[in-house]
Amino acid sequence: MRKLWTAFLILVLAALAGCGYNDIQRSDEQVKSAWSEVLNQYQRRADLIPNLVNTVKGFAAQEQQVLTQVTEARARVGSIQATPELLNDPAAFRKFQEAQGSMSQALSRLLVVAENYPQLKSDANFRDLQAQLEGTENRIAVARNRYIKAVQDYNVLIRQFPVNLTAMMFSYQPKPNFAVEDEKAIAKPPAVDFSKPAPASK
Amino acid sequence: MLKRWLASVAAGAALLLALPAAAEVAVPPLRARVTDLTGTLSPSQIQSLESRLRDFERAKGSQVAVLVLPSTQPETIEEYSIRVADAWKVGRVRVDDGVILVVAKNDRKLRIEVGYGLEGAIPDAVAKRVVSEVIAPHFRIGDFYGGIAAGTDALMKLIEREPLPASTWEPEAATQGPDYGSLFLVLVVLTTIVGAVLSRVLGRGAGALGTGALAGFAAWAVSGILFVGMIAAVIVFVLVLFAAASGLGRGRYGGWGGGWPGGFGGFGGGSGGFGGGWSGGGGGFGGGGASGSW
Repeated sequence: MRKLWTAFLILVLAALAGCGYNDIQRSDEQVKSAWSEVLNQYQRRADLIPNLVNTVKGFAAQEQQVLTQVTEARARVGSIQATPELLNDPAAFRKFQEAQGSMSQALSRLLVVAENYPQLKSDANFRDLQAQLEGTENRIAVARNRYIKAVQDYNVLIRQFPVNLTAMMFSYQPKPNFAVEDEKAIAKPPAVDFSKPAPASK
Repeated sequence: MLKRWLASVAAGAALLLALPAAAEVAVPPLRARVTDLTGTLSPSQIQSLESRLRDFERAKGSQVAVLVLPSTQPETIEEYSIRVADAWKVGRVRVDDGVILVVAKNDRKLRIEVGYGLEGAIPDAVAKRVVSEVIAPHFRIGDFYGGIAAGTDALMKLIEREPLPASTWEPEAATQGPDYGSLFLVLVVLTTIVGAVLSRVLGRGAGALGTGALAGFAAWAVSGILFVGMIAAVIVFVLVLFAAASGLGRGRYGGWGGGWPGGFGGFGGGSGGFGGGWSGGGGGFGGGGASGSW
């Protein structure tokens, strides 16, 4: 009887290995580490912001609105608990994405405003910060790309036969992927306004 | 009707397959530290850059590569250069100390792509300064060689200050010498098959002696060193003798090779100098660095 059980156990283990249980584990772990890298780089961007805001304030304190927007966006990003569980909750994932998206927009607006202040632009500190911010944005893009690929591999894996049965048995769901940040803004044609006078520079 | 439908599907599929190839600039294969696809640098200039980068790799272990190409369109230089970095894997494994300087000549764009392990030595702000203050002024007056030389020198100086694991660089000739991986394989095959046959035909002692001699010759031929052959001969002789003595030589000799001490497994890895060309050591990149234009 005991021999029978051992044989059965070995059979089950072999079947699990054959049905991609281990593949799911590996792929799942890859998605998680790719996600951690995304979070890591977003955190890096958030850490740059206080410095950036302070530097810009020193030269362009009258740009209150843009500066507040950036600070608010950063606060919103900070308030979202970015745990690995976020990956299995599409709604929370979307919320996180929206927050980071609005952060990106606020930052790019800040950099556009900075163009109007030659003194700020030539400030060494600001230029270093700008380079850091550019580098971080690029790292975010790379990390997001790698996350997209990892999720793609994972989703393809758990939807294919026979792994889909194993995935169903252990309730592994497809994971949400990144979409274009703020799809509506891209679908909308840009508004060009020539009537406004040029902002007072110098 | 069906035929036409099939034809349109086939055409669509062909278009889909053709699109990515047409859309992106392919990453050139990595053969040397300096790759110039535009013909901007003269052979002697490439040689001088190459030798400087090689000396640096010998001393410090870090790999620095240069790629000059006409254009990265339609991709941005950042998108293209991370693909280059992922394909080339410049820098050592787990040290990730590779740097790639990408110059897109017709786009008037350049980028320094920094490996994970050097993000401390070359932070983005510093990379940006190298781009805009060291390289770009040369490029603006059309001095591409001067810009690349000054830029790589500046980068090497920055890496020099970083404490990294010592260089384990070997001259390329050494890695093309004895191939211990295949030597080991020959020994295993010889002792298992030939040993079994000879022991049975000639008896224990003579069989072991014959196998040992054969293994010795094979090892000598592969390694080109007599001493290695002699050692191999002795080892094989003793092993076959004992295997036959313990009765393994009767009947199930084939399974005997599995008991070989597995200490040689790490050979044949090489330090990345195979095939006569140069290749990346397996370093990783995460998009660090800076870009600029001139």
